[in-house]
Amino acid sequence: MKKLVLGNEAIAQGAIDAGLSGVYAYPGTPSTEITEYIQRNKYAKEAGIHSSWSVNEKTAMEAALGMSYTGKRSMVVMKHVGLNVAADAFMNMSISGINGGMLIVVADDPSMHSSQNEQDSRYYGKFAMIPILEPSNQQEAYDITRYAFDLSEELKLPIMVRMVTRLSHSRSGILVQERRPQNKINLLKDTKRFTLIPAFARVEYQHLLEKQPALLKSATKSKYNHLFDSTDVSLGIIACGITYNYLMENFEDMPCQYPILKISQYPVPKEQIAYLYDKCDQILVLEEGYPIIEERLKDFFGLEHKILGRLSGDLPRAGELNPNLVAKALGIKQLKVEKKPEIVSNRPPQLCDGCGHTDLFNALNELTPQTGEKRVFGDIGCYALGALPPLNTITSLIDMGASITMAKGAANSGLDNVVAVIGDSTFTHSGMTGLLDCVYEKTPITIIISDNSAIAMTGAQDTSALGRLEQICLGIGVDKEHLKIMTPLRKNHAKNVELIHNEMNYKGVSVIISRRACVRLSRDKKEEIKLKIAEISESY
Amino acid sequence: MKTNIILSGVGGQGILTIAAILDTAAIHQDLNVKQSEIHGMSQRGGAVHSHVRISDEEIYSDLIPQGKADLIISVEPMESLRYLPYLKENGWLITDSKSFDNILDYPDESKLIQEIKSHPNTIVLDATKIAKELGNSKAANIVLLGAIADKIPLPEQSLIDAIKLLFSKKSERIVNLNLEAFNTGKMILS
Repeated sequence: MKKLVLGNEAIAQGAIDAGLSGVYAYPGTPSTEITEYIQRNKYAKEAGIHSSWSVNEKTAMEAALGMSYTGKRSMVVMKHVGLNVAADAFMNMSISGINGGMLIVVADDPSMHSSQNEQDSRYYGKFAMIPILEPSNQQEAYDITRYAFDLSEELKLPIMVRMVTRLSHSRSGILVQERRPQNKINLLKDTKRFTLIPAFARVEYQHLLEKQPALLKSATKSKYNHLFDSTDVSLGIIACGITYNYLMENFEDMPCQYPILKISQYPVPKEQIAYLYDKCDQILVLEEGYPIIEERLKDFFGLEHKILGRLSGDLPRAGELNPNLVAKALGIKQLKVEKKPEIVSNRPPQLCDGCGHTDLFNALNELTPQTGEKRVFGDIGCYALGALPPLNTITSLIDMGASITMAKGAANSGLDNVVAVIGDSTFTHSGMTGLLDCVYEKTPITIIISDNSAIAMTGAQDTSALGRLEQICLGIGVDKEHLKIMTPLRKNHAKNVELIHNEMNYKGVSVIISRRACVRLSRDKKEEIKLKIAEISESY
Repeated sequence: MKTNIILSGVGGQGILTIAAILDTAAIHQDLNVKQSEIHGMSQRGGAVHSHVRISDEEIYSDLIPQGKADLIISVEPMESLRYLPYLKENGWLITDSKSFDNILDYPDESKLIQEIKSHPNTIVLDATKIAKELGNSKAANIVLLGAIADKIPLPEQSLIDAIKLLFSKKSERIVNLNLEAFNTGKMILS
């Protein structure tokens, strides 16, 4: 019987079976379940495979590289925007190369189901000049993960595995193979390539450039890139990753009459594309995310063949694809379907009943007439929903940690009564450095850490911020008199409004920890959190 | 044979439990399955859906094309209509009549039920009430599954076995409650 798994879980099982020694990650939709699967897995626990959450994607990426440095196989997992946070390490480790096989699994979110943008990680892979693998289905996700570890050790480069939301969060049955043992510690004789002082870096960059033909050769002969030849050459189709499924869905009852090049390994296999281009009158490029391949083939200088895709308007420029959009691009007649009845209203997500964030926003809203509008800078987490009606409290939301630093910039501008609202885990992810900037300059700012003792949005994962927030703030240099704790409950409303107002009147750095556990946590979990906080506080 | 089912509801109403039962039953029958689901922000009280595809042949797309769903099973009445463009001609729609009103512009309930019933092949059931009478309103999803079981091309016993398997992690009482919910749903329409 096949094993029923999410696309994300197929990656996790593939990594375990490939002899993984550690996964490093910060939770982020749609990538979270990869790490969670390894955390739950019985064998992974027994074998001591590292799987604890990291503070952010950069610390995760560097720790994974450190494990690879010792010769073991490691994996770092993140959502697309997480790679921005880790980009410094990412761009440099293709130059240093790796020792033990190392994968960077990035889950992109076309259509922005749970994200601020739909950036395409394949650009990053190309930027760093490393191979990218893009599975089209759950079985391929498993097989590719195993294959990618071998390829990584063969090329001595980290490999990117690119997922998209629909594959990450879709279940199917997979067949698994025998598990490979973990690598032992095996330090390199010469570690020079890991010390990127300019003189060494120039040499290693040259090595990276010299490796490029090998990368292209690997993609050209890869079993994950396949040309299905056919006789009707009025059109040739390039289908990347999951788009191959959307294409084939339209040919479930008949074979596709056009040649198809299915791509799941990059760099783009030039030979096969050239074959298709020469043979066919037009080329349709199907890719999830940005039109990378289409752009490269585009009829910019009046080349002979027409290229169809997201840039030509045959497919939408933004958002994820589906079988219907592909059918339309192919000119296949669509079924006549019923419309969504007008009586159906939109149902956007919202904060849960009894959520502590709501009580905090209500307190802030009460102060708005006195303190002025458009002064509450928000951040990434459930509390981002405070930007929507009926609350309408926060007026900015850009990236992890930006609440504090944007509020600081606004304060530097001369705007008074600025407030930053940031979650406990987002604060430790990327807020602490911004706080130090504020402390250093004595910026007049009120920072509210809305502490629900969990990484709630992604499924209430544990956070290393737990029990440590006061000590972190004091350690960074927040004045003890202006480090306040409040409990966001309706009954405390008047008291909380007064406390926030007092701190806004203070013309220096104030931090208010608004602390109440996430309402979605079980009673047992809340008890466990209480004990943990007490235990950690006692140790100071 | 390929069966496409859309499950719909509001985040937290248990549509993934129905999905898990269907997946488990299908995979035990050695059938191919693809089932896409929604994680992340929408799970916070927003509209959620799951596409379940079961076949003895290869299944390509994780998403059901429009006009190709055989069934819509909805645990909330307004949500049952949101995915009508996916329902095939003569496809069936079954929904709980109990509304989940967490928005400012929720439609008038009687008009909503009228709209649902204006479509052919619809079943509107007060599954929440039935489940509540059995001991737990949360089992409404399983009442609905029982009620539509004869339209799902999987042996009834495979669904029952999947319910037993999936709820066994909780307790015997919960297993029995859900089996009863399934059977009650089945009896109502037969």
